[in-house]
Amino acid sequence: MSEQEKQTTIENEGRRGFVAAGVAAAAGLAIAPGVTLLDVAHARPADQPASSKNRWGLLIDSTKCKTGCNDCVNACFTENAIKQGDKETDSQWIRKVELKDLRTGHTASLPMMCQHCAHPPCVDVCPTGASFKRADGIVLVDRHICIGCRYCMMACPYKARSFVHEELHDQNPDVPRGMGCVEACTLCVHKIDRGDGTTACAQACKEGAILFGDLNDPESEISKRLATYASTEVRADLRLDTGVRYQGI
Amino acid sequence: MRIPTIKTMGTWLASLAVVLAVGVSSLAIADGGAKSAKEKAMLEGVKGDKCVMPTEDMRRNHMKYLKHHRDETMHQGIRTTQFSLKGCVECHASPKNNSVIGTNDNFCQGCHAYAAVKLDCFECHSTKPKANAAFHPIAGQAPGLAADMRKDMAAAPQTNAAGAAQ
Repeated sequence: MSEQEKQTTIENEGRRGFVAAGVAAAAGLAIAPGVTLLDVAHARPADQPASSKNRWGLLIDSTKCKTGCNDCVNACFTENAIKQGDKETDSQWIRKVELKDLRTGHTASLPMMCQHCAHPPCVDVCPTGASFKRADGIVLVDRHICIGCRYCMMACPYKARSFVHEELHDQNPDVPRGMGCVEACTLCVHKIDRGDGTTACAQACKEGAILFGDLNDPESEISKRLATYASTEVRADLRLDTGVRYQGI
Repeated sequence: MRIPTIKTMGTWLASLAVVLAVGVSSLAIADGGAKSAKEKAMLEGVKGDKCVMPTEDMRRNHMKYLKHHRDETMHQGIRTTQFSLKGCVECHASPKNNSVIGTNDNFCQGCHAYAAVKLDCFECHSTKPKANAAFHPIAGQAPGLAADMRKDMAAAPQTNAAGAAQ
């Protein structure tokens, strides 16, 4: 085959690939308007892997979040069987943060947890591949691979991760946790896979300040609210494209 | 002394063979009986009629099934129940302490202690079934994990069992 013929073949391959992609996109559009697609996404069959068609995230409305209320934090502790101690080193997957603008005196309260970044620094620095991002955007630690080096804790701009220093007992069967590994908010991945369609913190919030949903689905409530109201990422300057977004800060 | 002819020799050999065969088989029976009694004593906490794979296969390969399943679950979110560790615990938790470890009578710890193989699943994973789980996961009719396991078992390919039998 001459050089020119090779070139033509490659171009054809390229064009074919492009056409195929176009067809796939058209098919996607054809399905997309159906509301049932959302339901299907929620109740993913147990033998199907998580798909990048979904991107799970949270929208937190700090104007609704009450100072002093700790319901989401407590719900997280209960759901994930995290023992609440008084040691600085105790695990903390979610915490309440109070912000005060010193100039105006305006205060805001918000829960802070793993932001489930699209470009997570914890995954970048992990030397073993234990820190990873699932296809549906959930950032997790594979404790089978984690060596407890804690690089990810230093890399995380949100201080979202904790190290388990002591032996644990009475874990939730759905949430394995143990000594010597780093851990963080899993976005209640066990609940998502089960099809609950929410997280423990979102369920617990009486003010409705936490909304869980699929950022990739334009029909989801979270996407609609994000499209309607201004929201921001914490440390947006880092351009990590976080899955957790905030309103009112 | 009469020199044995080929014919008498043949008869003698045949009877020897019969004696040997009977002896060996009775030994095997005795051994099998003792072993199963020992196993029964050692491993409490077995619910249902059968495991998710034939018992011989599970003895040899459960760690491979668990490891394969673990990676799929962790990284892809595939949560079929056939080879889920949670499923092991559901069925094999001892009625005494509701756990698979703790004493050498418990299902997982008992065998691992006997075989001198370190068991560290339960440094992170729960050793007890979930409180509201079905009472009798495989034999019972309650929905939930038990129903899922039955479904998975029905759908599962049985090729591994054949492979282990060879």
